[in-house]
This record gives sequence, C-alpha cells and structure tokens, in this order.
Amino acid sequence: MSEFVIRGGEVVDASGRRTADVLVRDGVVAEVGAGLEAADVLDAAGAIVTPGFVDLHTHLREPGDEDAETIETGSRAAALGGYTAVVAMPNTRPPLDDPTVVRAVLAIGTEALCEVVSSGCITRGRAGEALAPMGELHALGVRVFTDDGSCVMSAGLMRRALEYSRGLPGAVVAQHAEDDSMCAGGSMHEGAVSSRLGIPGRPGEAEAIIVARDIRLAALTGARVHFLHLSTAASVDLVRAAKRDGVPVTCEVAPHHFTLTDEACATFDPAFKVHPPLRGAADVEAVRAGLADGTIDAIATDHAPHTPETKERPFEEAPPGMLGLETAAALALTELVEPGILTLEQALAALSWNPARIAGIDDRHGRTVAPGAPANLCVLDPAATWTVDPMALASRAHNTPYAGRTLRGRVRHTVLRGERVVLDGRATR
Amino acid sequence: MKHLLSIADLTRSDLDELLDLAASFLSVTQRETPKVPALRGRTVVSLFFEDSTRTRLSFETAAKRLSADVMVFSVATSSVKKGEGLRDTVATIAAMGIDAVVVRHAAAGAPRRITEWIDASIVNAGDGRHQHPTQALLDAFTITQHRGRDLSGMRVAIVGDVRNSRVARSDVQALSMLGAEVTLVAPPTLLPETLEGWPCSSAVDLDPLLPDLDAVMLLRIQHERDASTRFPSLREYTARYGLTEARARRLRPDALIMHPGPMNRGVEIAAAVADGPQSVIGEQVTNGVAARMAVLWKLLGAGGDVV
Repeated sequence: MSEFVIRGGEVVDASGRRTADVLVRDGVVAEVGAGLEAADVLDAAGAIVTPGFVDLHTHLREPGDEDAETIETGSRAAALGGYTAVVAMPNTRPPLDDPTVVRAVLAIGTEALCEVVSSGCITRGRAGEALAPMGELHALGVRVFTDDGSCVMSAGLMRRALEYSRGLPGAVVAQHAEDDSMCAGGSMHEGAVSSRLGIPGRPGEAEAIIVARDIRLAALTGARVHFLHLSTAASVDLVRAAKRDGVPVTCEVAPHHFTLTDEACATFDPAFKVHPPLRGAADVEAVRAGLADGTIDAIATDHAPHTPETKERPFEEAPPGMLGLETAAALALTELVEPGILTLEQALAALSWNPARIAGIDDRHGRTVAPGAPANLCVLDPAATWTVDPMALASRAHNTPYAGRTLRGRVRHTVLRGERVVLDGRATR
Repeated sequence: MKHLLSIADLTRSDLDELLDLAASFLSVTQRETPKVPALRGRTVVSLFFEDSTRTRLSFETAAKRLSADVMVFSVATSSVKKGEGLRDTVATIAAMGIDAVVVRHAAAGAPRRITEWIDASIVNAGDGRHQHPTQALLDAFTITQHRGRDLSGMRVAIVGDVRNSRVARSDVQALSMLGAEVTLVAPPTLLPETLEGWPCSSAVDLDPLLPDLDAVMLLRIQHERDASTRFPSLREYTARYGLTEARARRLRPDALIMHPGPMNRGVEIAAAVADGPQSVIGEQVTNGVAARMAVLWKLLGAGGDVV
C-alpha cells in the first residue's frame, strides 16, 4: 500500500477551487479535506493542485525519428510540464495507420512518465486516398483520428471518414486544416513580413477554407470534428458560429499561436518555423479572444521535436515544428492568466478537463479531485519564475522558440496513477 | 560594418560611401594594371550553393583586383554532395582562417544564419528571393554614373518576376533611398501578395509608363522558382510585358535599359533592344566588379588606403 498526502495547496478543478489536502492511496484519490495526515507528505504550500494536463497534440517521434524524441523522453518532458496524458500524433515512420504500430506505441507507452494515448490515421499512410482501418484502431482504444501534418484534402474522403466514425463510439476526426494547394512551398505566414523576406507564404485563408468546409461536413454527417492548432481570426469566427448553430465541432490552439507573431521569422531562425505558421498580431488577439469566450476548447502543444542538424538548415529548408510540452502551462499563466485574458480556472480547463473530454479519456484524466478519482494530478506553483534554457529541457531536441524567455508558473510535482513522476521540479525516473 | 546582408541594413551615408568607393575602384579597373594591394594577405572565400556565373566571377575578380587571396568552394564537387550541413561546411571553411565569405544560397536568410556561426565577414551574393545587395549597389551605381547621385524625381520601372526576385527587393530599397520613384510592373501573379512596407508603387500595365521612364529594368522569369505556373504562356507574357522594339521606341532617348542577367532574349527583352544604344547591360557587368571591390574593401580594408 502506498500513501501520501499533498498538503497545503489550493485544489482547482472543474468543480471550483478550495484549499484542501489531498490524500492519495494506491493510485487513487482517497480523501480531500483539511488536516489530512500521512507518513509521506508532498508539499503544495502556495501551489495549485489540479488534475494533470492532457495534451491533444504531441509528436513523440517514435517509431522512426528517435534521434529527435522517444516515447520515454517525450513523456518525461510531458510530466515535467504537468501532463499526465498525451495524445501521440500519427506522423511517425511507419505512421499510426496499422494496429501493429499502434500496439507497439501503446506497449512502449506503458513504461512512460505519462499515459501515452495513441491517435490513429484517418487515411492509409496519411496519403489522403483511402481510409485507414479506423475500426481496428478503435478496438485498440484509439479515439482521436487524424492525418496531422497533412490535411485530408478530398472533401469526399473526409465525408466518408466522418460518416464511418459515427459507427465508432467516442471517435473524433481531427483535422490539420491547411489547404495544401494554397500552401505549396510556403514556409511562413503570407503577409507583409513574408513579402519583405521573400519567403513563400502559407495564407491564413488556406486554414479558414478547410475549417469552413469541414464545418459543413460535420453538419452534414452529424459526426464530431476537432480542429487542430487553429491560428487565424477567420477560423475562430467560423468555429464560434458553428458552435452557436449546434454543429459538433471542437478546436484547440497551440501556445505559439497565442504568444508569437510572424515578425519572429525575420530572424530567419527555423526555431520559429511551424505549420500552421506564426500569424499576425490580429490573429494572436483573435485566438486569445476565442479562448476567453470558450470558442477554443483546449490548449494543445503541437510539441514537435526536431534534431539540431535539421533545425540548422536555412529557414525554407528546415522542418516545421517547435517544442511545447515543458512551456505550455507557464505560457498560459504568463501570457493569458497574468494579463487577465483568462481566469486560472479557464486556463486549467483548456489544459486539462476540456482536452480530456475531447480525447475520450475523461474517465481517468481531468476529473474532479475527489475520492475515487485516479490520482493523475499536477501541483503547479503559479508564482515561480524560470528562464527557458533549451539545453535544460528534457526533450531530446532543443527547438524551443522561447530560449531565454522568463516565464511565470512552474510544475512542482506531477502524480501519475499515484506515482510521483515529478518531484520538486525533477523527473523521478 | 562587418557584413553586407541586406540593403535594408545600410544608412544613406553607407550607401553614399559605397558608391564613392565604387567610382574610385572603377577607375582602378580601367588602368593598364587594374590591381591594387589593398587587401593583400586577406582571404576571401566564394561559397556558392546555387548556380551563378556572373556574380561569382565578378566577386572573384573584385577580390583578386584588391590582391586578396581567393578560395573557391564549389558545391558541386564538395562535401556538401556527401551530405554535409551548412553549419559544418562554413565552420570548416572558417577554421582554415579566412576573412570573408561571399555566400549565395537558394534559401532566404542563409547568409544571416552564417553570421551567427562564424567570425568572418559575410557578403550576401543572393539568398533565395530575399536580397542581392551587391546587385542593387551596381544598379544604383550604374544609374548614378549617368544621372548623378541624387535620383529625386527619377522614374524607374522594374518589370517582370518581382515576386521571386531578390534583385527587385534590393533595388527598390537602394533606388528609393537615393530618391528615385520605383514602379514594379508585372501581372498580379508575379507581384508579392502585398507590397505593404515596400517604398514603391506597382502597375499591371507597362505601356502607359514608358514615355516617362528614366530607366527600365527587365527581370528574368524564374522558372526554377515556380514562376511559369503563374501566367498562361511566355508568348502572352512577352506580348504584355516584354521590352519589344516597339515598346523601346516609346522610351525617351536618354532612358536607360537595364537587366541584371542572365537574359532570356526574345522573352523579357528583344535581342535588338538588349544590344541597342540605350542598353547599359554591359556597363552593369563592368560596374559590378567595382561595386564588389567597394564592398570587400569596406568590410575588410577599412582604415587603409583605397588605391
């Protein structure tokens, strides 16, 4: 029997906030209240005790690109970022379009420092031509289907995927909304900065066009659509209207899309290259407003490790993507909560219980901190400041766009199924 | 000034100084022995990741006329073909003890990234669609040789594949700094999606502009950068935007006809126009050596005597 008490923190979850100790016994929350005792004490004084975070959008790179990240290193980064579950994206090599590959990822994931939830491809080989074996993957527990990194360009095939998903309880089809034909060769947001730099652009309309199309397909089929990493004002407006009309859509935003603009690309540093690209200031304002009014359900990292050698290529030749797991919560606190754009509860909802619900893992993640709930918890010190050092991150790769940035908010402890995987800001294994 | 990466990094006085230096070096190149010892003992590396004839030869000639040692790094026969990355390539070159690297690369910003990795002076000899500052210097120098330093009120049209053109991006900045009114002329699909922040105007019709121009610069269609998918046919392009003999006749007799090269005769410029009396295309090449001598001397030789 293992038992410890998380003492002196303020518990914040979907039910509200209260000062309370949390007694964890055998992997489960046993008691929540004042003055709880146990031989083993986890200090939460001055900190927030919250359900562990859930990332809808993590590239773990295993199998295929283990020199950039592995399930082990990525899950360690996740735990240090306060995550107790991540949804592994399918653009591995081979991709997650086959039960054998998904089984392998899940098997390796059982040893990880967070729960590794496998996504599954919508189409075979993420090629956008034929449906992947969605039912077989669903039988293995897959609920999030996506070709992330690629957009399902055929409206007809997307419709089929949505219709088929209706026969798979809990399934959601998640779209990387960028029309390929408008983005070919593009490396950054299309606008005044790309025009000046002579770097071919990826227009915001390439996103909004697919969002508009897939909202119509969701309405047509009645199937759930989730939009990955929305980045433009137009997309947020479309989703807002769709939700008002009762269309079953959800969406997420990545931290870089509410903190950085395309001006950063003028350094030509590929750390700032990502798809969809960093947008203009008006888009940043719009996604912040979308988070504030609930149009955007979740903050998802799009954690995308790349080796130093690939990120040392010139901007146009470097792969897109940036690290996110270890900075997301701090960015939400620093850039959204501190300026008063979101309440703390809203930020935690977007990091934990909203994405848990979308991914269909809300039976064990994002739950109200109450007796009987699996002990997947994060203890977050909202006042602690720290400076991002790319070499000090737990990821195998170092491609953070926040090098040198001082952030407020740091994870003190992370508890996974009752195991203290992060203790005093350090991974325990 | 340690590097020359973009015209945008220059002040007006930097530009004036470089144009003055170019004039001095032009006279050097016209001597019987067109060589000065200004950069003796200095080593300049020419590092071209993208095909080039005139720019590479022009830089190498400029360096040699300044008595610098020149190392030519040929990508086609180098370790790059064996998979070496940009950073390792330049670090290797830097470790040999060199003073300047002249870089051409197909990707925007590659020269700027190199400045973060090694100590040598970096000269941008063209990076993707971004900048080609020495071309802008030689173009500005060529125009000022004919019209004087102050280009206020002068009208310059840059015609063609502006979208893909590092020459256009650099020329607009340099010529507008000297007072010229620059108009970019192209079908909308060959212009950038926005010209916000560009100190120039644009037009889709060349013909109405012709009688008022002081200079017209034709740009090549960059087929290697997707330009040919942006208009229906070369025949249609030439009909609408080519500097044909008929169009050239509508220019003022003193208007300068320019081209950064390489030319596609019969497409953006008629052969007879390229070879005609108003063409300064050959002068541009000659002036290119002087302009690059000015840049290398400014970066490496400051404090010494020019000639």
